[in-house]
Amino acid sequence: MIIHHPILGPRDAQEFVYLGDASLIGRPDGLTASIEDFHNYTYLRDNPAGAHRELWYHEQGDRSWLVVTRNTVTHEILQVELARDVARAEGRSK
Amino acid sequence: MRYSGFRILKEALTGHKGWGHAWRDPEPQASYDYIIIGGGGHGLATAYYLAKEFKQARIAVLEKGYLGGGNVGRNTTIIRSNYLLDGNEPFYEFSLKLWEGLEQDFNYNAMVSQRGIINLIHTDAARDAATRRGNAMILNGADAELLNRDQVRAMYPFLNFDNARFPIKGALMQRRGGTVRHDAVAWGYARGADGLGVDLIQNCEVTGMRIENGKILGVETSRGFIGAKKVGVAVAGSSSKVMAHAGMRLPMESHVLQAFVSEGLKPLIDGVMTFGAGHFYVSQSDKGGLVFGGDIDGYNSYAQRGNLPVVEDVIEGGMALMPMIGRARLLRTWGGIMDMSMDGSPIIDRTHIDGLYFNGGWCYGGFKATPASGWCFAHLLAKDEPHVTAKAYRFDRFLKGLMIDEKGQGAQPNLH
Amino acid sequence: MSQSNRISGGLIDRSQTLRFHFDGLPYLGHPGDTLASALLANGVRLMGRSFKYHRPRGPISAGSEEPNALVELRSGARQEPNTRATVAELFDGLTAQSQNRWPSLKFDALAINDRFNSFLTAGFYYKTFMWPASFWEKVYEPIIRRAAGLGSLTKLEDPDTYDKGFLHCDILIIGAGPAGLSAALTAGRSGARVILADEDFRMGGRLNAETFELGDQAGSAWADGAVAELSSLPNVRLMTRTTVAGAFDHGIYGAVERVSDHLIEPAPGKPRQTFWRIYSQRAILTGGATERPIAFENNDRPGIMLAGSLRAYANRWGVAVGDKTAIFTNNDDGLRTARDLQSKGVDVVAVIDSREGGELLPGIRHLRGAEVMGSAGRLGLSSITVRHADGKTEVIKATALGVSGGWNPNVNITSHHRSRPIWRDDIAAFVPGSGEIANLSVAGAAAGTLSTHGALVTGDEVARAALASLGLTATAANLPKAEDAPVRITPMWYVKGSNRAWIDSQNDVTVKDIKLAHQENFTSVEHLKRYTTLGMATDQGKTSNVLGLAVMAGLTGKSIPDTGTTVYRPPYTPVALGALGGRGRGQEFKPFRLTPSHKWAQEQGAVFVEVGYWLRTQWLPKAGETTWRDSVDREVLATRKSVGICDVTTLGKIDIQGTDAGAFLDKVYANTFSTLAVGKCRYGLMLREDGMVFDDGTTARMGQNEYVTTTTTANAVTVFRHLEFCRQVLWPDMDVQLISTTEAWAQFSVAGPNARKLLQKVVDQDISDAAFPYMGAGNITVGGLRARLFRISFSGELAYEIAVPTRYGDAMIRKLMEAGAEFDAVVYGTEALGVMRIEKGHVAGNELNGTSTALNMGLGKMVSRKKDSIGMVLSQREGMTRDDGLRLVGVKPVNPAAELKAGSHFLKTGVAAKAENDDGWLTSLVYSPHLGHYIALGYLKDGSNRIGEKMRAVNLLAGTDTEIEIVSPHFIDPEGERLRA
Repeated sequence: MIIHHPILGPRDAQEFVYLGDASLIGRPDGLTASIEDFHNYTYLRDNPAGAHRELWYHEQGDRSWLVVTRNTVTHEILQVELARDVARAEGRSK
Repeated sequence: MRYSGFRILKEALTGHKGWGHAWRDPEPQASYDYIIIGGGGHGLATAYYLAKEFKQARIAVLEKGYLGGGNVGRNTTIIRSNYLLDGNEPFYEFSLKLWEGLEQDFNYNAMVSQRGIINLIHTDAARDAATRRGNAMILNGADAELLNRDQVRAMYPFLNFDNARFPIKGALMQRRGGTVRHDAVAWGYARGADGLGVDLIQNCEVTGMRIENGKILGVETSRGFIGAKKVGVAVAGSSSKVMAHAGMRLPMESHVLQAFVSEGLKPLIDGVMTFGAGHFYVSQSDKGGLVFGGDIDGYNSYAQRGNLPVVEDVIEGGMALMPMIGRARLLRTWGGIMDMSMDGSPIIDRTHIDGLYFNGGWCYGGFKATPASGWCFAHLLAKDEPHVTAKAYRFDRFLKGLMIDEKGQGAQPNLH
Repeated sequence: MSQSNRISGGLIDRSQTLRFHFDGLPYLGHPGDTLASALLANGVRLMGRSFKYHRPRGPISAGSEEPNALVELRSGARQEPNTRATVAELFDGLTAQSQNRWPSLKFDALAINDRFNSFLTAGFYYKTFMWPASFWEKVYEPIIRRAAGLGSLTKLEDPDTYDKGFLHCDILIIGAGPAGLSAALTAGRSGARVILADEDFRMGGRLNAETFELGDQAGSAWADGAVAELSSLPNVRLMTRTTVAGAFDHGIYGAVERVSDHLIEPAPGKPRQTFWRIYSQRAILTGGATERPIAFENNDRPGIMLAGSLRAYANRWGVAVGDKTAIFTNNDDGLRTARDLQSKGVDVVAVIDSREGGELLPGIRHLRGAEVMGSAGRLGLSSITVRHADGKTEVIKATALGVSGGWNPNVNITSHHRSRPIWRDDIAAFVPGSGEIANLSVAGAAAGTLSTHGALVTGDEVARAALASLGLTATAANLPKAEDAPVRITPMWYVKGSNRAWIDSQNDVTVKDIKLAHQENFTSVEHLKRYTTLGMATDQGKTSNVLGLAVMAGLTGKSIPDTGTTVYRPPYTPVALGALGGRGRGQEFKPFRLTPSHKWAQEQGAVFVEVGYWLRTQWLPKAGETTWRDSVDREVLATRKSVGICDVTTLGKIDIQGTDAGAFLDKVYANTFSTLAVGKCRYGLMLREDGMVFDDGTTARMGQNEYVTTTTTANAVTVFRHLEFCRQVLWPDMDVQLISTTEAWAQFSVAGPNARKLLQKVVDQDISDAAFPYMGAGNITVGGLRARLFRISFSGELAYEIAVPTRYGDAMIRKLMEAGAEFDAVVYGTEALGVMRIEKGHVAGNELNGTSTALNMGLGKMVSRKKDSIGMVLSQREGMTRDDGLRLVGVKPVNPAAELKAGSHFLKTGVAAKAENDDGWLTSLVYSPHLGHYIALGYLKDGSNRIGEKMRAVNLLAGTDTEIEIVSPHFIDPEGERLRA
């Protein structure tokens, strides 16, 4: 597979390490959230057959975490974003 | 129709006119007591044991494609019970014991062949871990042996002993491990279940579940609504898709695991061998092909096919272990979709919906589990309580912190 | 040695003669021959045996679709099984032998299987071999395994090397027949970067096997001209002997180039084969079509082959397969074979045409409405039985029979993404479905356009479309005139009434087997394949799949597309495992990482151990030491007595800087670092989000906004990845930067009562206890060179870790040893390191196993609940906080002379060795020379309440059962007085 890195252009997916669903961006706050909240965050997945937003890390590259939107049936990549931008857009800060 | 030596002789001499259908192709009835979604190995085994061991009737298996077309038809055929943890080992040992009597039980030669499995050891820490594992196996009634380097060499002298990046220091062996002709398992269970009156309905895709007041009433299918008192889901690889019909999110991801077979070769490798340091495992089929595999591709996929990096990585491992296979050729590659669960272990459990039961999350280890999975799921469906060997396979183990994590990798499915 | 069947013409070089051997007999051939064409030229039709019945087999094709003529090529360690003689390029000195036969190809004892064919039907083995139960594994299966398989490997290491390569192009064109050459000319002339790959050693495809002209040239001459033009274009790469094996995601194709397979052995420094990963913007499949047979009784004898292949042998290789040749066809292409052969002077005795009407061949006995009923000839065809249109039968003597059942477009690669081909009635064949592989288009015969004119035109068109989509402009094409014969076919799949009519001639699947599969309800195409093994042979059913499907369709009464389609999987043709493995063999399987002191240690005769990719000193033997324990015990005792040095560079090192560095560390570690004083170190415990311990190590605060974190060797990469995740994704606005410095610093542990004295000689600053107290950290200098010093200990001794820039690591170990000479300093390896950390009760890899909590390790108090940190919440789950859960304990044998084994399980005295009595296990074990007996760590249920309990460590694998006492895991200096000395 080829991932079009927003900064570096097309790169072989072999340079990246895969983590999983981009819902992992939405980590609850440990001081307020319950075990069940963390359970849902850590363990449960939509696991769709179709468009899937997922986290890839450019380990053999610039160390960027990316959010890749990829079709899990065809492997077609629809969008690639810097995860930091996505995280900020989702309201994450410090 | 029972298969027997006499029958074979008679049919051979009379032009094979007497063989009937291995199973019927019935039209679905309006309702059943039990509907099993998924006509793969686990679903067919569940139906078979539900009818045979738990004496239930009015059972249907709904299969969206053809019987045995899922992972039971696209795996590397290995059976073993060399697990480490209390939650797993009794179950897999139960499964291995069922394998040992399976062919006589369902009167079909699935070629259960216990030619032994070895897991190679390359470091002292790995030997310590293998020792712990081997002891856990024996404590659970399984067999295990720790081999030293010379014993491994006597078995497989052509492995790379003298110039290896990761020298072989020994192996954990389970002599009762081996291989089974995978398709025959599906067909044996299908034929057995059909003979016990189970309706096997192919080309029948479940498109929805009718749930009212927290109770399941039946399933919508491509062939219309079918009512059911109890519905058991056994569709590993597609679990999240099917359970989404019940509004459930599961603790798993779907991943592709590639498998490989070489051209047919005269006998080279008698048993099963795993090379953990090289992400490679191999056996040789009765037909002569080297059947091998390695890691999952590592990204969510429903594509039933993978990519080159893993192809090359697996075969590199094979060449590192056995540099004599360089001139054999890769004949075919294929991919299966795994339910990769959050701790690498399966789930056989009730759901919060009355009458809806789930069996899945088998990762890449579902084939060897087939008999026990079917038996335990049938037990749960018939008695509403878990079988003693499957009681750890609960949904709520993640909420309670009771994960069954053989590899110690935590909640990242692609690492299990 | 005469080439009895050689006729005139062909694309072979008759000026040179090549000598070769098959089954020990010498033969002659010419450059341009394949092994099959050369054997046929020498009158050899019998080349193999079938898989199940061991029936005699000769080639049915002249290409890579060949299922029958499989041989073991070469000998010794280079012997390769299952090589298709039809594609093995002849070279001088070639040797080959037949396979899957005993004792000889002509007399094969297992041909007796054929006599028992009424027992050995499809799936017979599923119904039998079950009685008595134990006989499957003991008797039946071993016999079957010995009989099965095809060719053999020698079990000798492959002496050749294989390369991997990466290529990038705008357009990859797969197949260099008329369509591929046409596409390549259009694309190449436009300036696009083009790769044209063909599996053959000669480009041109069917043009080399045909007699018709392109423009005013012979087809092969036109192909030569096209190739010449293409090779003059710098933007075009021509790759012969290169099979594109598979289509992968996003325009990536795998291809194997047989660099040296046409040579007796690779030239020095050259690989046997190269496996290419080709990255393409667009790809065009011009892979042609494959002819398929018609099944009839005993249609599998040597001498019976595909009509187009018979024609190819005559036209390209100058070989007449038989002296009397017949043709059996259901389409016009079969007539072309008859005409070509006759014009070459071959005696065409009859053309059996299953169609009633159509063109009547002049000057040839053309029997329309007729069928071939059967054949005779023990090791090769001698006659056929023909049923005429009027129902009369006739035996016709023939030594070659060409069969044409029509042509199947080579859709294989288009189905590598699991799309299904679609049926076209007009050509009675499947053609590629559209658009399933992104940016791949298909032209020529592969797309179902079966005329040469059509191939040229569609090749050009598809190339134009690809260029346009890339924003490139094509120049006008200059296509020659070429034949444009329509496809005239009346489908006919098998001769009615036949039973032992072969569909898959390698796996011995006959019409009878398909009938039985139907009778038993294995009617879905996948069941058919799996039950009968149809199409599972080394050719993946290239000539048999559609035929088998058609036979099943006839039985079910459904149409062929309703019966099913076939999905081919990669690779297109089998690929040597060596090529896919590449250079990653032997010591080169994975890279070595060497520590900065490696060279010095090597000079000293150190024994090394693999730790991940690292090699670390395991121990360093001295003269007179005979066992590893001698060395390790000495290293431990010398360190505890005076001072020892260990290279700890392999530990992960991460610099963490920024105004939020402390806050960041508080998030990622279970304990707190924001409160750590500048110039101090603290031990940290890092959890995964699931609450299990991920990693441990010390972190030092080097400045207000500057920390240095260490990780375990094993987790250096994963911890860094995780920290980047936390930094970029979870807390993107924190002011914190990370850099891995694992490779930047050479780091040495200096431990023992004389550690300070030794180091004080080396460093420029005062490191007295007052100036540099326990858990101190700071930037220092060593002879003016910047360095870092940490007063931390893994051994329990007064100890430091000193880091210098990596390039000074070698100098540093030499300096330390020189300075340590007066203290009898030793270097200790990983074994002694392990001994000392267990004596001190520190956890390491065997305890940090990914399923242990801080509580399990006796470190539960380190998990702060006053702040949010990764894993804090889920570590509180009920199953992980049980009072009677596993706890880290120390273990010693009650009898000090007793030995223990890591991996033993803990059982109470007197209970049975069963899982329900399993109380835990022994994680790490060492012999403590300090204490004079074995000591161990382990996880024990309710362990912290069982100190002093006597129980058993049981190792059932070795049959040992040893009485042990549970003790504190801190075997020496539990108060830490030495550390603080």
